Amino acid sequence: MSDGIHPIASLLAAVARGITGVQVQWAGCQPDVKQRIYFANHTSHLDFVVLWSALPSEIRALTRPVAAKDYWEETPLRRYLTEKVFKAVLVERGATAKTKNHEEGHFVGRHLIEDLAVALGKKNSLILFPEGTRGDGKQLGEFRAGLYHLALRRPDVELVPAYLENLNRILPKGEFLMVPMLSLLTFGKPLQVEPHEEKEVFLGRAREAVSSLRRIGPA
Amino acid sequence: MLQGFRDPKLMCLFGGVLFLLIVSSLVGRILKSASKTEASRATIDNLNARIRAWWKMCLLFGFSLLVGRTGSLVMFGIISFLAMREYMTLVPTRRGDHRTLFWSFFVIMPLQYYLIGIQWYGLFAIMIPVLAFVFIPTSIALSGDTEHFLERAAKIQFGIMICAYCLSHAPALLLLDIPGFQGHDARLLLYLVIVDQMSDVLQYVWGKLIGRHKIAWRVSPNKTWEGFVGGVLTATALGTALWWATPFTPAQSAALSFTICILGFCGGLVMSAIKRDIGIKDFGVVIEGHGGILDRIDSLCFAAPIFFHLVRYFFVP
Repeated sequence: MSDGIHPIASLLAAVARGITGVQVQWAGCQPDVKQRIYFANHTSHLDFVVLWSALPSEIRALTRPVAAKDYWEETPLRRYLTEKVFKAVLVERGATAKTKNHEEGHFVGRHLIEDLAVALGKKNSLILFPEGTRGDGKQLGEFRAGLYHLALRRPDVELVPAYLENLNRILPKGEFLMVPMLSLLTFGKPLQVEPHEEKEVFLGRAREAVSSLRRIGPA
Repeated sequence: MLQGFRDPKLMCLFGGVLFLLIVSSLVGRILKSASKTEASRATIDNLNARIRAWWKMCLLFGFSLLVGRTGSLVMFGIISFLAMREYMTLVPTRRGDHRTLFWSFFVIMPLQYYLIGIQWYGLFAIMIPVLAFVFIPTSIALSGDTEHFLERAAKIQFGIMICAYCLSHAPALLLLDIPGFQGHDARLLLYLVIVDQMSDVLQYVWGKLIGRHKIAWRVSPNKTWEGFVGGVLTATALGTALWWATPFTPAQSAALSFTICILGFCGGLVMSAIKRDIGIKDFGVVIEGHGGILDRIDSLCFAAPIFFHLVRYFFVP
């Protein structure tokens, strides 16, 4: 991955900030260049751009999104945005479920985590949406296991929860026109996988960490 | 560029505003060092934050006026955008309103300002009350979602009336062709903004100093009769004293600035009522960090269209 921010990425970040007027709060930690995995709720295509634009530029240059391969490789425009502009790490959603047996599933899953670990490398950070798909903004979906496995694979990387509010009203799923509205972004306290912690327990805790950052009650 | 510099009276108005800002900054600083109790310190910090915001706003506004008509139009266009963004955030809209909102923000609102730019008064006057009034409910109906239909159409129409239509009457003053006053319209706009905003500030100050009796405590606990009367009278006096910068006689200036003050009060009261209605406390977090554009311009939204039409009716042949 070459260093530096693509000019289109900066432009899109500026537009996203202008439309959403996002108000950022670092509630549980401070911005830092140390390696991190930012994980947040997912309701809109804007989620990544807004979260990314909220980071100081030196951190931004080192932070890559994790995106769903099936969706983002579908059209040339999407491919261009993910590959060239945002240098996304593409992963296959539900790859393990598609395999024939347990062993193969295990193998594919490990492969996927390895890809993400490589993408993190020595200095990069990732932005991840563990729900795996965009929700309606009312309720947080169940988290997928990738976050847990990646955290075990790279215990040196900080896991930072974040909550994005109101973005689903600005650019909802299935819509390509944006409506200007104000939004909020809150970063929480980093968390870790405890020794011998079960997958379900950790994922539940991570989900709680994200949803606890919500500042506005359900509409 | 910078045609405003060639108008000495406009420069005098600016000088006055600048002087006022410097004095208030000094007073703010003195009060800060003199304050003893926790409560008074909070009030004074709030006051100083307001004064800082005023500096920024005045510099921006002053610059846009100096640039000329286009500068003012762009400036008010941006204010409209920010105000409507705030309003639509607060008002509960549904997924079915999405396209309607998109057209309101990116077509209707810019068009309203463009019409001032090309001086098409006829269309400017009916764009939002007539054309958008027909368009908005139709567009919502086409979305297929009929739940709370009337409420949604009304809320969006009201928002665009307040944030785009009403406010756009302030820069529309630059359209008016007043005999003997050609080329000085920027003064008229500045006059409106000074009287309107000073009326806000003075009502706040009088209210803090001697305010006792609440006007409508359910709607706005900070509005008192003392603040209202004191603020309106002093701001009217100030407006009267500025007659030399306008095409008005002192008596006309007094009547017009009195009207601006009363309407400004009405605007503030109505906006408070709206906020009570939609329960601002939930979204208060969003607004506070942004200083609340709507809070600053609510009085102007009511004063601008009436002032515009009074001047147009009585002074433009």
